[in-house]
Amino acid sequence: MMVQAIAFYVFAGVTIASAAMVIGSRNPVHSVLFLILAFFNSAGLFVLMGAEFLAMTLVIVYVGAVAVLFLFVVMMLDINFVKLRQGFLQYLPIGGLIGLVLIVELLMVVSGWVVSPAGLKTAAINSQAIDGVSNTLALGRLIYTEYVYLFQASGLILLIAMLGAIVLTLRQREGVKRQRITDQLDRKPEDSVEIIDVKTGSGV
Amino acid sequence: MAEFFQLYVAPVAWIIGGILAITVPLLLGVAYLTFAERKVIGWIQLRRGPNVVGPFGLLQPIADGLKLFLKETVIPASANRIVFVLAPMITFILALIAWAVIPFGEGLVLADINVGVLYLFAISSLGVYGIIMAGWASNSKYAFLGALRSAAQMVSYEVSIGFVIITVLLAVGSLNLSDIVMAQNGGILHWHFLPLLPMFIVFFISALAETNRAPFDLPEAEAELVSGYNVEYSSMTFAMFFLGEYANMILMSGMTVVLFLGGWLPPFDMHPFTIIPGPIWFVLKIMAVLFLFLWVRATFPRYRYDQLMRLGWKVFLPLSLVFVVLTAGFLLVFDLLPVAGGGK
Amino acid sequence: MTDLLKEYVPIVIFLAIATGMAAAMLLASYIVARQKPDSEKLSAYECGFEAFDDARSQFDVRFYLVAILFIIFDLEVAFLFPWAVALGDIGVFGFWSMILFLGILTVGFIYEWRKGALEWE
Repeated sequence: MMVQAIAFYVFAGVTIASAAMVIGSRNPVHSVLFLILAFFNSAGLFVLMGAEFLAMTLVIVYVGAVAVLFLFVVMMLDINFVKLRQGFLQYLPIGGLIGLVLIVELLMVVSGWVVSPAGLKTAAINSQAIDGVSNTLALGRLIYTEYVYLFQASGLILLIAMLGAIVLTLRQREGVKRQRITDQLDRKPEDSVEIIDVKTGSGV
Repeated sequence: MAEFFQLYVAPVAWIIGGILAITVPLLLGVAYLTFAERKVIGWIQLRRGPNVVGPFGLLQPIADGLKLFLKETVIPASANRIVFVLAPMITFILALIAWAVIPFGEGLVLADINVGVLYLFAISSLGVYGIIMAGWASNSKYAFLGALRSAAQMVSYEVSIGFVIITVLLAVGSLNLSDIVMAQNGGILHWHFLPLLPMFIVFFISALAETNRAPFDLPEAEAELVSGYNVEYSSMTFAMFFLGEYANMILMSGMTVVLFLGGWLPPFDMHPFTIIPGPIWFVLKIMAVLFLFLWVRATFPRYRYDQLMRLGWKVFLPLSLVFVVLTAGFLLVFDLLPVAGGGK
Repeated sequence: MTDLLKEYVPIVIFLAIATGMAAAMLLASYIVARQKPDSEKLSAYECGFEAFDDARSQFDVRFYLVAILFIIFDLEVAFLFPWAVALGDIGVFGFWSMILFLGILTVGFIYEWRKGALEWE
């Protein structure tokens, strides 16, 4: 039990520390790298709870995909950081206001928080191994049947994300030559090669 | 004290022993994979390959390693030092720790986790970090372009790898790698590569792209990008990329063997074949797949970038997606789905 | 400690050992090999001349598009994993539920294809 407790505090501590570093570090690339570290340690926390599938999904989706996009953006956008910092004061009032609203909301939620007795009971059961069923299987039994509407809604959200990304980023460039594989395959020797019978010594 | 020893020290020592038993042969395997690569390509091109250092050139990889070790570590002045050094380390570490879940034989696995396939998928999706970080930290145009290409390429082929893995899982009904191997029990006809042949081919080609191997080695195209993201690297930092890449190749072969070629199982469930222990079969199969990697490299010219993206997004992605649906439908209609009632 | 967590202990130890090995190899080489830096050696590689500007420049927006599309398809794959494992239990309804989900995303995929978002030049 003690090892588990130590592991929990290490993961939790590193998560919080690296989360602080995300907003604390001056270089945005370092911020993203700290964000990745935070994701990793949260995955460790999931594993400690027995939620293996969620832990791996967190790594696959957030670290493997979302953070790659973040890195792309901050590494390669060629942002002028000096200019960015000059605008800092200008946006301070509105940023502070949003922060204040968020804090008030958080306080309202946390102060109104009551843990139901039933919830406590389920929390006491480790989320793994209900009748020896792995949590991937348990999730699979629920998502696609019990929560089918939410599942389809998530499909729609993904669709909108896809369309939005294309609408926002796609620019047609003019005058680009593209390879048309079908045209290449359709080409026949008769259309492109002409065989001329040249008499020896006379030239074409 | 004795209790403490029995509870913590002994198992940890046992685990460390297991880790060394994986790492040391793996690194040796990497060294001799580079040797095999040069020899095989040499033979295919009617050359001899390395044959000076040691008998048949067998000590060549050791000499190469030693040379790299004794070189100066150059860190460019304009580079971001921390990220620059971190990048090759990440590549190397990821290539090693993925082996924790690979089953070498029945019960011969370091960490027999329930979600082994997901773990491997996660680790391989992290491989892109070493490359992006290297490209960015080097602050060199060639490295930057190479990293960009490489990231987009790895990301594109990962999707089809995911779908291919799903088709295998449909037939197995478990994410545990040992379960996946055991589901192929009973000789070569039960291995997944036969019923899922198109997916096996898609997986193998995607594995080539994922490991940046020829014919998809655009990130390292020496003709245009002077070896891409690792252009600024020297000495051990370069060696670490090299080791990581080749270890990844072996890992992808291992994944191919586990998912499609029956892991440690013998090809025929009969007497003369069952005497040979599982790990040997496993290694033999990995070597066969690795030979395919080398053969492909010696045979095919490099792809152009637009062709590469087209193949990934317009051919492999729809193909593997359709195959997921077909496989699921087939298994459902003929009632062949594994019902994982009380299983793992 | 539960059985489930026990299986993860080797991974953590492996991670520690691999990190240690990587660091040791780099450090040993750094100490053993002769280090003799000079300004030419430490400049970024360029074909024989000084680098004009910072290498980190803006690049084609298509790379972002690829990354975004990858996130979406990666999520799709993540949804497929539990489905593949549990399909035997959830049967025909689960199958059609997933087909609908994939169908919705295929609409997006076809749109993407028709729009030419998958074209490179």
